[in-house]
This record gives sequence, structure tokens and C-alpha cells, in this order.
Amino acid sequence: MSAVKKSIVVEQLRKAQLLQLLSKGNRMDGRGPLDYRPITVETHVIEKAEGSARVTIGNTQVIAGVKVDLGDPFPDTPDKGLLIVNAEVLPLASPYAEPGPPDEDAIELARVVDRGVRESQMLNLSELALLPGKRVYAVFVDVSVLNVDGNLFDTTSYAVVAALATTRMPGYTVVNGEVKKTGETPPLPIQTIPVSVTMARIGDVIIVDPTSEEEAVMDARITLTSDGRGNLCAGQKGQSGTLTFEHVMFAAQTSRAKGEEIRELLRKGVGSAKV
Amino acid sequence: MGRLINESGLRVDGRRPDELRPIKVEIGVLKNADGSAYIELGKNKVVVAVYGPKEVHPRHMALPDRAVLRCRYHMSPFSTDTRKNPAPSRREIEISKVIREALEPSLMLSDYPRTAIHVYLEVLQSDGSSRVAGISAASVALADAGINMRDLVVGCSAGKVDGVVVLDLNDTEDKEGEADLPVSIMPNLNQVTLLQMDGMLSSEEFSKAFEMALTGCRKIYEVQRNALLTKYFGTSQPSQVEEE
Repeated sequence: MSAVKKSIVVEQLRKAQLLQLLSKGNRMDGRGPLDYRPITVETHVIEKAEGSARVTIGNTQVIAGVKVDLGDPFPDTPDKGLLIVNAEVLPLASPYAEPGPPDEDAIELARVVDRGVRESQMLNLSELALLPGKRVYAVFVDVSVLNVDGNLFDTTSYAVVAALATTRMPGYTVVNGEVKKTGETPPLPIQTIPVSVTMARIGDVIIVDPTSEEEAVMDARITLTSDGRGNLCAGQKGQSGTLTFEHVMFAAQTSRAKGEEIRELLRKGVGSAKV
Repeated sequence: MGRLINESGLRVDGRRPDELRPIKVEIGVLKNADGSAYIELGKNKVVVAVYGPKEVHPRHMALPDRAVLRCRYHMSPFSTDTRKNPAPSRREIEISKVIREALEPSLMLSDYPRTAIHVYLEVLQSDGSSRVAGISAASVALADAGINMRDLVVGCSAGKVDGVVVLDLNDTEDKEGEADLPVSIMPNLNQVTLLQMDGMLSSEEFSKAFEMALTGCRKIYEVQRNALLTKYFGTSQPSQVEEE
């Protein structure tokens, strides 16, 4: 997943350089520790998908597409629609990506993004049940990573959120116990806009939105997702480094503060004042 | 009050909000392994084996400056209410990854260049919080295997059920509760090595649940420590570690 090949010597040299810059509050690309790179959100990019979005953060670029179908509910949630998020880092996305089934990094990426969307209750899944226990809407979100330059978690998350928020799905209704197409294309039942904020610890400094270069030398990564009501709804620490208790509390605070800023940006991006 | 906390403020299994389930840790349970451990936490039963340091396969995966750590978290088909397909699920692949990342900071892998250390966690019965129970067992299994380490790693979960922040979620609370926050730490170095979260927690609830998980970790650390002392010195002793 990393676009910068790790080599012990280069890694240590780069880390020393980054640490020196960070000690003065600077980064390689001139950002401050808590600044994101420019974020762009473009929706309706794939006509054949029911919803779609291309999101870029700096040079990282992903595209998310939503397909809505009918499906059988899970036995433990008979009265809820299905939401399935999948992500793939395409071989064209970086010189180090390879074709094949998703590796553990891609699986983690999809699952962490899924958790943020699911647990924030962005979609009211109860409204997506047609015949409880028998027939429900199945919302598939597939993400293709097109170019890797760090922070795939946030880029993927914003693309999934933007695609879902602009989805017009085929409407169905229940007539005499049978599911019939209505011909209408209603939006999904959106309740909130979750925002994932990914931070990296390099030395003793926490930065947001790490680039591939920064990810290659980071000690630990932490992603925390907030909903629109000031709650945290998903989290994941990654990498084989550690965080102090203070780092965790700082990350929780930063996730909420940055989350508010980015939520505004996403709202503008999806052009919906409702959520 | 909802279904998960009764009028007296007790949980579905009769525990208080800040109470751990009964816990038992045994060391050296598998003779073939270089190190092994078994943990019971409530109805969780997890057995862990450590093999290594040993040669790396395939060879090109070997690292010139340290050992490769490989972890496999796996649930037995009979470990759950409905049979679990024995093939590794996406959930198990993710958990294997975060467990590796939780254990790695505690190990002095640079002492074993060009080798591999394998940690196999088999969940024989799962009852909520099995990943953190597995981590606590895996760390003592690594100690039992004689792998050089900076500190043990101990895991515990906290969460929220019926609006109440609680320690050590069981299966029902994990499935029907509002939030789950598994945490693992190195208790003497005060470092967080695993943190995951799903569900909904306000700022205050997050801080409270995190603090509660840390307290739970320190209690489980005593159990790990006593298990090691019992195996290697035949006695268990009170801890020298000061409470925070």
C-alpha cells in the first residue's frame, strides 16, 4: 500500500530530516502538523453507478461507486438493509501495488472505512428493509484506489461518504407482499456525514493526513471517525509503534476539531444542505 | 433502563459496570510449541502457540536486521453460536494484523535477524473481547518462548451498553451494546499498542471508557504476571508495580 519502498538507510535518513523539520513545526511540503493537503470532491463521475465520487487529497486519488440492488437480509438483522464496503488498491496506483486478491492492508482499509460509515449510522438501514426477513436493499460501495500518496483511509472514507450522499437508487415498493419497482429514484436515507481523520505519530509529533513519504517513517497511525453530533464512532490504531495515553486523547480531540472543518467541505462537495 | 443493564445497575451476567469476568491464564499448555499459553476470560477460551525464532519461508521475506513476526488469529468452527466457516474471514485477517502490530513493539526483534517468529491464536470459544484476551495470552506465550521483550502486552476492552460505560464486554454486550473499545498496552512503559473502536461514544464517554480499559489491563497484567511466576518460580507474588 505504501508508495515509497522501504529501505533501512533511506528510511532513517528521511526520518531524521522529517523529525528536524517537525521540531520546528514544519513538514516537507510546507504544511503545519495539523494541516490537510488540498481536498477535492467530485460527484456523479460514473453515470452507470447509482452514486459515485472521485476524491483527491494531494496526489492521492480514489474513486467510489455505489450500486444498489435487492438482497436477502443477514439472519441476525432481518429488518435492516445491507451495506457492503470493499476497497482495492489497483495495480496502476503505485509502482509497489500488485494485482491479486486484497491483501491485509486493503482489507483493513475497507473494514475501517466501513466501520465509520456503519457505526455513525450515516444510512438509516432500517428504512432499507422492504420485506423484513425476506427482501431488503443491498447497498454495495466499491472503492478503487487510483493513485497512492498516503492517507488512503481518509481519501477512501470521503469518497464513500460523498458517493452515498449523492446516490439515487432504484425505488421499490411492496404491493400485496411482493416487491415491485416504482420507477422513481429516491436518495438513500442519510442521517449524518461521518468524517474520518487519520493521524500519524512521528517521533513525539502527531500530524494529520500523512503523505506516503511520511507514512514510510511513521511510528504509529491512528484513525478516528466522528459523526455530525460530536461523537466518535470508529477508531483504529495501526503500525507497529505505540501511542502514549496523551497521544490518544490528543488524537480524539483533533479528530473532532478537524472533522468539523472537513464535514463542511464534504457538505459543499455533495451539494446537499440536508445533512 | 434497557435490557442490558437492570434496575440495580447490574449487567446481563450480573457484573457491575467496572467488573471483569473471571479470568484464568495458564502457561506451557502445548508441548510441541516453543512457548504457549491458554486464557479463559468469561466463556472465551483461547490457546496460543509460539514457534521460533526459526528459518523464514519463503526465504526472500527474511529481514537483514530483525525477525519477522507473523500472527494468525483464527476462530474454530465450533467457537460461535452458528458454525463459523473455517476459512480465514476478512475480520480474522484484520484482527491478525492488529494483533501483530500490538505485540511487535514489545519484542526485541532485532535480537533475531533473518528469522521468523510465528504466533498462532486459536479461539476455541468466543464470548466477546476475544482479540484482547488473545493478546494477553500471546504475550505470555512469547515470554514462555524466551523471546526478549521490553514489557508484556496486556489487552482489555471497554464499551457502552444501555448508555452505561462498562468494562470487558461479553458476547451479548458486544453484539447489542452501543460501543466497543478494545485496547492493549505495555503496562510498565505506559504505551498503547492496540486501539480500535466501533460504536458511538461522546467525548466524555470515550475518555471514561479508555480509562476503564486501562484499569482493566492493569488487573489482567497481575494475572499474567502471577501465571509466569507460578510456572517459573512455583509461587505467585504480589506485584511490585505501583498503581497509577
